[in-house]
Amino acid sequence: MDLSTQSPAPAALSVIGLGKAFGDTVVLDGIDFDVPAGTIFALLGPNGAGKTTTVRILSTLISADRGTAYIGGHDLTAEPDQVRAAIGVTGQFSAVDNLLTGEENLILMADLHHLERAEGRRRAAELLGRFELAGPARKPAATYSGGMRRRLDLAMTLVGEPRIIFLDEPTAGLDPRGRRDMWQIIRELVAGGVTIFLTTQYLEEADQLADRIAVLDHGKLVAQGTPAELKRLVPGGHISLRFADAAGLDAAARLLGDGTRDDEALTLRVPGDGSVAELRTLLNRLADGPAALAELSVHTPDLDDVFLALTGQPQPAAEQEILR
Amino acid sequence: MSTQAYAVRDSATMLRRNLRHIRRYPSMAASTVGLPVVFLLLFGYVFGGTLGAGLGGSRAGYIDYLVPGILVLTVTAGSVSTAVSVCMDMTEGIVARFRTMAIARVSLLTGHVLGSVIQTMAGVVLVAGVGLLMGFRATAGLAGWAGAAGLLLLLTVALTWLSVAFGLVADRPETASNLPMPLMLLPLIGSGFVPTASMPPGVRQFAEYQPFTPVTQTLRGLLMGTPVGHDWILAIAWCVGIGVAGYLWARAAFSRDIRP
Repeated sequence: MDLSTQSPAPAALSVIGLGKAFGDTVVLDGIDFDVPAGTIFALLGPNGAGKTTTVRILSTLISADRGTAYIGGHDLTAEPDQVRAAIGVTGQFSAVDNLLTGEENLILMADLHHLERAEGRRRAAELLGRFELAGPARKPAATYSGGMRRRLDLAMTLVGEPRIIFLDEPTAGLDPRGRRDMWQIIRELVAGGVTIFLTTQYLEEADQLADRIAVLDHGKLVAQGTPAELKRLVPGGHISLRFADAAGLDAAARLLGDGTRDDEALTLRVPGDGSVAELRTLLNRLADGPAALAELSVHTPDLDDVFLALTGQPQPAAEQEILR
Repeated sequence: MSTQAYAVRDSATMLRRNLRHIRRYPSMAASTVGLPVVFLLLFGYVFGGTLGAGLGGSRAGYIDYLVPGILVLTVTAGSVSTAVSVCMDMTEGIVARFRTMAIARVSLLTGHVLGSVIQTMAGVVLVAGVGLLMGFRATAGLAGWAGAAGLLLLLTVALTWLSVAFGLVADRPETASNLPMPLMLLPLIGSGFVPTASMPPGVRQFAEYQPFTPVTQTLRGLLMGTPVGHDWILAIAWCVGIGVAGYLWARAAFSRDIRP
């Protein structure tokens, strides 16, 4: 289901009926989407949904069995070299040369983009500074921490100043600070006019970054739209109110009208997104009545809720661990 | 601009990368010359007296016979390190990155080939130096030495392309190091260490018709002035054949989709 009207901006990426099977296993079962230039598009799904396969096909690493794609206006199968010239890819697994230093890695990229020697060095120095890698620039990449390696990886992708960037799970395995830094970098790139296609398992990440989200499940796109449009599909967001006694619960239930009550736990669940304005209204209404509120907690919809809403089934148990 | 137009420039970039790898990880290069030097010492100083007498000469005469064979062995030993380093490189994420860039596809392979050829030829020079210290006295003049160097270079290029293909089709470095092993045995089951005439029928036919015997005989002829006959034609034909087959195999293996 496509929830929004098509954007009039020219598409940086256009994918039509893309399909891929490995042996008998269908990994992508005909997916379609467009990504307007200068926007962030997030492909959201659990492990094994086909996200990495999509990135590998669109970045010319493997060929699709069926379907077509246009990237930067070039046909993926007919003009792979023109596509490669337009894109930059930072994969899930580190694509740095461990035996080379950070600086040498960047200069290697500059040489492969056929930059002048001085220009290559200038760009390497600029990227080392921007990604806080100037200190360890002369150390082998093998000695870098996970976050540093990820930043070097992205810096290497940026040496060629690509107009379209693929990021396959750019924050997987990063600590919260590393994740926020990466988000900031992605936002700056888009501010500079770059188009970003990213994959993620985290609804929060897609929500924070993406202009549009597509949800991939077992090789099929089960929904597409803006973050707000997707969240409206999900009934999982609610505010949980716990009261000191049964009288308080009764009073609040009468006052608020809608909500699911749990007499044993003395809680009342009311639907809501947990915004400050909404909470303020809610608390003001309760303050006028006799209900003694003991505790309040906000539950925002997560990927589990999206999946439950879109596919009618929770994600496989093995994957839920990771997503919580 | 077509990416093919940049094939030379990209190959030079990849060569610089591989030479850096060799400098940062020298144990691989060291292992390439280690085995031939050990064989040279073993056959020269331990078995050399008896083998020399068997050939109707002395230990000194045997060293003159042995060194061309050892030089061929040095080239085959280089194949193992080429196959292993190519295989290890293919498991690195950076190769996937190279494949998503608009660079001449073959440059990654030519970079490996050029780096390995330089490494192997450096090994050949080192082993030849040890041979000279042990008393190897070639009768060849400058032209003979130049011809010998040219033939070893041709053999190295041919075996390196074959080893690159081995490295590409191997699923892990252990397999990659095993695939070129027969190449290292072939100089032994040929005229590298003893004349094929001394071998029993069957083994002798195999030894005479396998590619390394004409190469060794030609090398020996160039350095020691022994009769070559038409062995030099066979030697060049074998090298060109192995090289072309290796190149085509490597190119086909590399252009396949990466593993899912």
